Amino acid sequence: MEAFSLLLYGFGVLLTWKTLALMMVGLILGIFVGVLPGLGGPNGVAILLPLTFTMDPTSAIVMLSCIYWGALFGGAITSILFNIPGEAWSVATTFDGYPMAQQGKAAEALTAAFTSSFIGSLVAVLLITFLAPGIASFALRFGPPEFFAVYLLTFCSFVGLGREEKHKTLISMALGLLLAGVGMDTVSAQLRMTFGWSELYRGINFLVAVIGLFGISEILLTMEERLALRGHAASISLRVVLRVWKDLPRYWVTLIRSSVIGCWLGITPGGAIAASFMGYNLAKRFSNDKESFGKGRIEGVFAPETAAHASGTSALLPMLALGIPGSGTAAILLGGLMVWGLNPGPLLFVEHKDFVWGLIASMYLGNIVGLMLVLTTVPVFASVLRVPFAAIAPMIVVSCAIGAFAIQNAMFDIWLMLVFGVLGYVFKKIGIPLAPLTLAMVLGSRAEDNFRLSMIGANGDLRVFWSNGLVGSITTLALVLLFWPAISRAIALVRK
Amino acid sequence: MASSDEEIVVGDPAAPPVDSPPVASKRSVELVVYLCLLGLAALLAFDNWRTGMGWESTGPKAGYFPFYLALILAGASLFGIVKELAARAKDSETFVNRDQLGRVLQVLAPTVAFCLLTQWLGLYVASFLLIAGFMALVGRIAWWKSVATALVFSVLMFVTFEIAFDVIMPKGPLEALLGF
Repeated sequence: MEAFSLLLYGFGVLLTWKTLALMMVGLILGIFVGVLPGLGGPNGVAILLPLTFTMDPTSAIVMLSCIYWGALFGGAITSILFNIPGEAWSVATTFDGYPMAQQGKAAEALTAAFTSSFIGSLVAVLLITFLAPGIASFALRFGPPEFFAVYLLTFCSFVGLGREEKHKTLISMALGLLLAGVGMDTVSAQLRMTFGWSELYRGINFLVAVIGLFGISEILLTMEERLALRGHAASISLRVVLRVWKDLPRYWVTLIRSSVIGCWLGITPGGAIAASFMGYNLAKRFSNDKESFGKGRIEGVFAPETAAHASGTSALLPMLALGIPGSGTAAILLGGLMVWGLNPGPLLFVEHKDFVWGLIASMYLGNIVGLMLVLTTVPVFASVLRVPFAAIAPMIVVSCAIGAFAIQNAMFDIWLMLVFGVLGYVFKKIGIPLAPLTLAMVLGSRAEDNFRLSMIGANGDLRVFWSNGLVGSITTLALVLLFWPAISRAIALVRK
Repeated sequence: MASSDEEIVVGDPAAPPVDSPPVASKRSVELVVYLCLLGLAALLAFDNWRTGMGWESTGPKAGYFPFYLALILAGASLFGIVKELAARAKDSETFVNRDQLGRVLQVLAPTVAFCLLTQWLGLYVASFLLIAGFMALVGRIAWWKSVATALVFSVLMFVTFEIAFDVIMPKGPLEALLGF
């Protein structure tokens, strides 16, 4: 029940006019960003981050996380009405969502998408509310070896379980860790990899890289494609909403299954993309009527949307409890935390109760308000797509530049952003994943610090990573996951 | 009832044709990227070796961690090179075709110009020029609309960041003239 009273406390923090107004602003900006082609969750959050620099951390995180919820809701609008997935995790939503729109059932599809997003998020937030404090207080006992082992586990599971080619994931991760190391070494205060270039002394800022990698590169990619689009306009009437909601209990198995998949893949770095496809495929496999999937079945909208949102939300659990982001967007929020002067990790729950519980409460409220908002304003946001891309593209470029400059007041960062933009464009096109790079950049220096602190504590003996049951099992699990492809192949061979 | 029959149609006057000749194959771009990464890894490994990549009494030196990361980066890049060389060249997809490249440059070149202008004229004037120019020249939108949109956006940004949120941006002669 302690979680419950703390949650009430969180609502208390939240319920001021200023915070509520920021929440609305965040949601509207987020939906806007989600609907616009070439922008989505991580980009939107990265670009709008500078708006929050002068706010107090609680208002800042509330607004940023609302941008994220808004973007998640907005992504569904374009998937269903225009067959354009705003994000990779909305791809599965188009399978049945767009056919429904074509059959004149756009309003039903949208209601189903928004409602299931809401349910998915709600399950994940409940999980965060009741699980995160426990995990955090457990993690308070962690020392440097344990933390390093957890970081290692995160990195290894990305390499071992990711769907991309292993060497590409490895490249992305090693590059990210190297970039994180540029500048002043925090332990010995020596300069590294700066080549005497004074601009590099302060290091390569993670957020500058993110704005380039996600914002600028996305503009380049979007521009490359044909920008003509054709789709349906839709408005949602109360009658449709009530009809869809009345049928909702019939799909409880699908909703629960997708929520569980989503939460699991969100906490482990499987991610929302895998979750949405898995949710969809499992719903199809367990259905009595497999043929009707892909032809406009409402269950085909429920399943991926619930899973994607459960995953997107639960990715914040490891971020809050351990300081380890479960997704690209969570990594950016984590970057924001550091800008606002907070130290991510289990101590957040002790030292910054306002912040943590305000954020958790805002997840509840943000999702409810977001649901109401999208249900009532779909036509407005769908017509945002009428704005020509030639007007939007330069505005996004300007916003990115503002964002990059604002972080450290450095012109050099604008150039750096541009370099990362081109890099992101090339990497995306040849299939080098960007998520590991993002994660490595944000965790890199802390992983290294913890490694070196462990080494100092153990006089350079690597056996410290197996010195007790906890750290030993985490390290071993990390290595197993790293070599998982080889291990699973070996198991398959033995079985034969 | 939902008015689902109404359609939203957005044209793309500058849309590239689908059958444009390829400029580069994915395979060759991948090879170039791996070679660059290999070079970078060698450079960083050397620099960290110079910093000190060994152990001292209190644990690893500053260059230890990045040195081995550079080795991992080099190894993964080498693997990629070997893999691409072993694959048959014919099967490779197109990385970018000529029209696509043209379109990408249409955004990239103005963006570079914008960054340069920001240094001399300040961010707000540069953004006005970028938006107005891009809308009119690339998007083929009427001049008056482009200029009006750019003006509104730039002023809005100025008010939001400079005045409301106190986020300082690079400023130039125009802002100085106005007393900011």
